[in-house]
Amino acid sequence: MPYLVADSLSRKYGHNLALDDFSLSVNKGELFALLGPDGAGKTTMIRVLCRLLDPDSGSVTINGLDLQQRYDDIKPILGYMPQQFSLYPDLSVEENMTFYAGMYGVTGQAYRDKRDQLYQFSKLGPFAKRRASALSGGMKQKLALSCALIHNPRMLILDEPTTGVDPLSRRQFWETLLQLKSQGVTILVSTPYMDEVARCDRAAFIFGGRKLAEDRPAQLAAAFQGSIFYIDREPTSQLLNQIMSIDGLTTARFGAGMHLYLAPDDSLDPYLNALSQLGLNSSDINPIAPSLEDRFIQLMESPT
Amino acid sequence: MNDSTHNSGSAVLINNLTRHFGDFTAVDHISLKVDYGEIFGFLGANGAGKTTAIRMLCGLLMPSGGSGEVAGYDIYKQAESIKKHIGYMSQKFSLYPDLTGRENLTFYGAAYNLRPADLSDRIHELTERLELGEFINQLSGKLPIGWRQRLALAAAILHRPRILFLDEPTGGVDPVFRRRFWSILYDLADSGVAVFVTTHYMDEAEYCGRISIMHHGSIIEQGRPFDLKRQHGTDSLDDLFINLILSQEATRA
Amino acid sequence: MHRIRFIAQKEFYHILRDFRSLIIVIIMPVMMIFLYGYAINMDIENVSLAIVDFDHSVESQQLTERFFASPYFSPGENEVDMSDPEQLLRSGQVAAILAIPPGFSAALARGEDFELGMMVDGTDASLASAVQAFSNSVLSNFLMDRLPPNFDIPGVTLSQQVLYNPDLKSSHFLVPGLVAVILMMISALMTSMTIAREKETGTMEQLLTTPVKPREILIGKLLPYVVIAFVDGILVLIFARLVFGVPFVGSQLLLLGFGLIYVTTALSIGILISSLVDTLQEATLLAQVATLLPAVMLSGFIFALKNMPFVLQAISYIVPARYFVVIIRGIMLKGAGLEVLIPQAGALVLLMVILMTVAAAKFKTRVV
Repeated sequence: MPYLVADSLSRKYGHNLALDDFSLSVNKGELFALLGPDGAGKTTMIRVLCRLLDPDSGSVTINGLDLQQRYDDIKPILGYMPQQFSLYPDLSVEENMTFYAGMYGVTGQAYRDKRDQLYQFSKLGPFAKRRASALSGGMKQKLALSCALIHNPRMLILDEPTTGVDPLSRRQFWETLLQLKSQGVTILVSTPYMDEVARCDRAAFIFGGRKLAEDRPAQLAAAFQGSIFYIDREPTSQLLNQIMSIDGLTTARFGAGMHLYLAPDDSLDPYLNALSQLGLNSSDINPIAPSLEDRFIQLMESPT
Repeated sequence: MNDSTHNSGSAVLINNLTRHFGDFTAVDHISLKVDYGEIFGFLGANGAGKTTAIRMLCGLLMPSGGSGEVAGYDIYKQAESIKKHIGYMSQKFSLYPDLTGRENLTFYGAAYNLRPADLSDRIHELTERLELGEFINQLSGKLPIGWRQRLALAAAILHRPRILFLDEPTGGVDPVFRRRFWSILYDLADSGVAVFVTTHYMDEAEYCGRISIMHHGSIIEQGRPFDLKRQHGTDSLDDLFINLILSQEATRA
Repeated sequence: MHRIRFIAQKEFYHILRDFRSLIIVIIMPVMMIFLYGYAINMDIENVSLAIVDFDHSVESQQLTERFFASPYFSPGENEVDMSDPEQLLRSGQVAAILAIPPGFSAALARGEDFELGMMVDGTDASLASAVQAFSNSVLSNFLMDRLPPNFDIPGVTLSQQVLYNPDLKSSHFLVPGLVAVILMMISALMTSMTIAREKETGTMEQLLTTPVKPREILIGKLLPYVVIAFVDGILVLIFARLVFGVPFVGSQLLLLGFGLIYVTTALSIGILISSLVDTLQEATLLAQVATLLPAVMLSGFIFALKNMPFVLQAISYIVPARYFVVIIRGIMLKGAGLEVLIPQAGALVLLMVILMTVAAAKFKTRVV
């Protein structure tokens, strides 16, 4: 059952189309990722969904309520975590939480219960009196999430919550999102990092304000057309040129080795002979699973 | 493309490098060897000691102990010579947004004491090589992020450094741009420059020839990404990194 | 309404924790009144004056003594070369020359019009105008003392300044006006930054997704600053009284009450500015432009409004300082009471309501 529905959203900045006929449907209880690089339109999309920006055309409904007409009824069920750290640095952890709770009318015992519950997940209790400015990146992010959750929203929208956060904190943050999902919260999260998407139910590639693809993460990567191999050999420019000169093969240096790309319906066998003449045996050439990044690049270059 | 003369020694050679801040040991006896032409990934979580180590290598911070040479110069005694031979590109955009690319490069060239004639040749050369094209004449603050990053790279290599330090160079850039950026870095490495990348994004680390992982001031793992993944039986550097850190935490506790 | 309380409380934390800004906000008005109070002081003392007496009468002698008995003038060169009297002015030996032509005493006796000649060094314009005003006043005092009470002197008019400032201290007249100007500037400046800051740090984005209403944000942000601006006002008044010895004829309580209304109105200007602009830089700039010039030029603080072109007079009605200048002078110097000043207070309240209403209407609930 769709909980958030965005219907052909468009938004221009000057001559720039930040959103181009973008439609999206997030089901109730789903963890959905909006995946794209900086400047792809993620933040514009999210701001439109939180009514911080008006689209030039298109409409949004959340829980069946029209965003433009019923915003006051949507606010209490919506939690938003902006990309930029948006808490008050000169207020303490607890003061920030009290303040946002106050904005939603969560006061007294209801507030204290919710606060203690959030401290359990965030482990910020011992730092209640610490100013937000003195928190580490991971702690800031947990506090921001706590403030976005203080009124028990049914829908959570997060804009690049893990940017600038180290891998361990990122991992913990995603665990928290999964927990929230298990409690029935519908979550839309944007990220530029391909590796984070694996934990989502579904994801959409966004680039140039348009939706390039939308599917379950495994399906998104598996839609890669062709196959990829890793050549475990020192990638000298001479070797790269030699491989490129073999008809039907493309290659690129990748780290300490090379990636070898084959067209769809092609296989490695016809090339093994030519490759062995370059000193590359089949044991040096290992098939690897295409990554989301590989598929994304393919879609960016030939969007079909 | 021959940017710097090859040197028989290593680009970075440090031994038991240590730095204390009071009771706190930010960098704890690390040893590293990075050759010219290599792309080396220096990985670690925030607070692992990466920044402190880099600052010592760049001659910005005195070590408390250990020895080291960067570009053949002693990190204790020849910090000024080191600074002349390294380039640095930060994750934060370090160019003036209200100047054009060319104006920015001219300014940085003057800061590095390049002669005006050489400078304009060099800017021309880099414009071609980094495919900056017309973007060089636009206000750098208005450029799309991928182009700004290339421009920042141009500024960092303007003075033909032999070692290039990069801090999360391609975080957030679109994948096509990212691959092109890395192919530029590969070219640079081929021309003999040592490229030293600090990051905590594992997808960037995948592009490096060799990586080291730092935790609590020590280097806990080092090797080629492909080999490391095979050794640890995982196909994701992210999992590898997190498992390593968690097991370190477990032994410390 | 409880949300206003949370906003106000949070704003108070911001104010108290930004200790340096707080100190500046407290110290700056006091510094300003001190500096400007002295800088625009129009009093003169011991200006050297040469008197050339062609009348040689008892009266002309008395007038001469009267001039030099005042603290304003001291005798300069008495030997004036009448072929080139200006020489003394050019050389800077005296600031003014007064000539008493023959027939002065005779004209006085008959009560006829008579003209004394005066040349004033105009290089310091404010000094020159002060010399003119002060010598007029010495002359009219001299004339009045000679005449029976309630006798009209033809051609002599007394300015308002002299009327309510009998010892001719310009600071008594100027400092209360200065209090009005300074409070308007500092108040508007304080609030102009509050919303712009939240826009710059990005906290506004989060705040806008909560159920809080624009008017609640605006009022919540206004309240703590009322307290700060009120404290500022009291400090500035104490300072004016102690340092410049400005008399306080009327009710102190009444002035504090009106002062509270005034600072709230001035703070509302800042609130309006804040809801219009997006950056701190724009906010501070606009706050200064919108308050400093109007408050100095269009409040009647230095320049009388009734002599201004119609357009400027019309604009002055939206300058809160205009009303408070009348209030503060009225209460401090004339002892005016509530009944006289109600229209001014009413105008301030009306302005405040308009400013806050426009601010709430213009408040952007979208990010740019």
